[in-house]
Amino acid sequence: MNWQFFLEVLIGGLLAGVMYSLVALGFVLIYKASGVFNFAQGAMVFFAALTFVSLTERGLHMALALVITLAVMVALGVAIERVVLRPLVNQPPITLFMATIGLTFFIEGLAQGVWDAQVHGLDLGIEDKPFEVAGIFISQFDLFAAATAGILVTVLAVFFQYTRIGRALRAVADDHQAALAVGIPLQHIWAIVWAVAGFVALVAGLLWGSRLGVQFALTLITLKALPVLILGGFTSVPGAIVGGLIVGASEKLAEVYLGPIIGSGIENWLPYMLALLFLMVRPEGLFGEKHIDRV
Amino acid sequence: MFYRETGQLKTTYAADLQIFPIRQDRIAMVVLLVFAFIVVPFIGNDYWFSAILIQFLVLALAALGLNILTGYAGQLSLGTAGFMAVGAFAAFNFALRVPEMPLLVNFVLAGLTAALVGIVFGLPSLRIKGFYLAVATLAAQFFIEWALTKFGWFSNYSSSGVISAPRMAILGFTFDTPLRKYLLTLSIVTVLALLAKNMMRSGTGRAFMAVRDMDVAAEVIGIPLLRTKLLAFAISSFYCGIAGALWAFVYLGAVEPQAFDLNRSFQILFMIIIGGIGTILGSFLGAAFIVLLPILLNVSAHLIAGGNVSSSLLSNLELIIFGGLIIFFLAVEPHGLARLWQIGKEKLRLWPFPH
Repeated sequence: MNWQFFLEVLIGGLLAGVMYSLVALGFVLIYKASGVFNFAQGAMVFFAALTFVSLTERGLHMALALVITLAVMVALGVAIERVVLRPLVNQPPITLFMATIGLTFFIEGLAQGVWDAQVHGLDLGIEDKPFEVAGIFISQFDLFAAATAGILVTVLAVFFQYTRIGRALRAVADDHQAALAVGIPLQHIWAIVWAVAGFVALVAGLLWGSRLGVQFALTLITLKALPVLILGGFTSVPGAIVGGLIVGASEKLAEVYLGPIIGSGIENWLPYMLALLFLMVRPEGLFGEKHIDRV
Repeated sequence: MFYRETGQLKTTYAADLQIFPIRQDRIAMVVLLVFAFIVVPFIGNDYWFSAILIQFLVLALAALGLNILTGYAGQLSLGTAGFMAVGAFAAFNFALRVPEMPLLVNFVLAGLTAALVGIVFGLPSLRIKGFYLAVATLAAQFFIEWALTKFGWFSNYSSSGVISAPRMAILGFTFDTPLRKYLLTLSIVTVLALLAKNMMRSGTGRAFMAVRDMDVAAEVIGIPLLRTKLLAFAISSFYCGIAGALWAFVYLGAVEPQAFDLNRSFQILFMIIIGGIGTILGSFLGAAFIVLLPILLNVSAHLIAGGNVSSSLLSNLELIIFGGLIIFFLAVEPHGLARLWQIGKEKLRLWPFPH
């Protein structure tokens, strides 16, 4: 076995995994605060990236486009809270889940209807050039993405831990009714969470968009993020990161070492199988809240 | 006053155990069946049979299968299309390798194969619950789709992975015209739906519902959890498998594994949510809604905008309206269309007096 090659694959996988974590992060935020399994996260990533790239293509400066896109995502988050979540308060989780799938169709149609359905290139000004460290090639872009994810998680952690709104968010996550009882405005909190998830979607959309091009296929990264999510646990921010690393690394390693044996195309289901086996041992994922059944 | 069971006294045990205990329901059922079996063949045309009615019936059967698993036994599954694919490819292989096998036996065997696969992928349900299970069933969806594409044996080494239906006949009667295919599908779906309706009020169905409502409590009162959950997966996959076989043989005629992708699973999940979770009727109402809505949107969009709007914008508008309507329906009636029927029956019972 060639250790250098192994390390290169491993690091490539880990860095790719960080990209999955970015998407999974949006899921975790919303699930934590409102108990909604938001299938539309992938569509939001697509919508954000497409809005940004269309604005810059119309000659807007990048920073201005970024601000406008952020405003749009926040508005979208608030609108979702108002139109979708509020009438569905107290419904079973599966109904809310279905509503977010309906939302997915809506956002996909909206994004392509307002802009267009072509593939756009997105250049963030970071070169995707591999460089060499001790004989191992590492992609510069992947490193940048990993650093962004790291900063994002740190900022979110600080936001959740030390700000007033962050404390309110954690209170809502712990117990809706108790939070309401001490006077936390639940609906504002939900709007904020969806807006923050929109912000995360924007970051993920920019990174994924410059990697793959801004196109409809971006919505499919939802499916990449789901195994990350169940590996890490639905309710844990660090879980999303660790899950992403595990999925990314094992996916790349399996592709290189198992692929020749059982055939290509296994990366579609391998993360799910991995997550499934893992869940047999820990049904709540790595960092999920332990669920105690009581009669 | 139209829908009242007053005065319908039951004097035998058989009368007490009927599937439809109320006379009006029985009459409605007979009328419906007569309409579907006798009137529709006269008023329908080939387009309606082959494009809409068969599709509706097959998808309703798949929705029924998922409803048994998700609606009655409470195990959320996103792998429905995967189990349909197993049924379709099993039916194809049985027909290919044992050509003298009767068609109905073939379908049943295809369903049983799907049931076996369903049991395997249902095993984790004992430990994994809720959304974790939903995502875990995606493993089944992706793995089955991959395996059927990857291993040529399943599609008899057809280069494109497409399987095509053999000639279908029962006792020398061939099913070649759209009308005959419709009648074949209708018969199978009717029998299976009545079976399901009956099963869900038996001990099995009650065990399912107890597990759905709270599995720990169900275990405490003596319902074997593993057996019940696996049985739910098996029965559900059996229905989905037969639906898959019908989809391949009767509706499309030639099918590839990609016809059973994740979107199909979501489509069927939509049907049971819109139609009503945990009701047999809901599976049919939901299937009708989801099959007809896109057609309706398409037709009306072309009627209104006809020609002067680009087709890509139209298809995006359809997406927006479809998504919006789903959210609207969930907000207005979260228990689905079957609940509306329930409310309607209550109203009919009291009408014209308010109490």
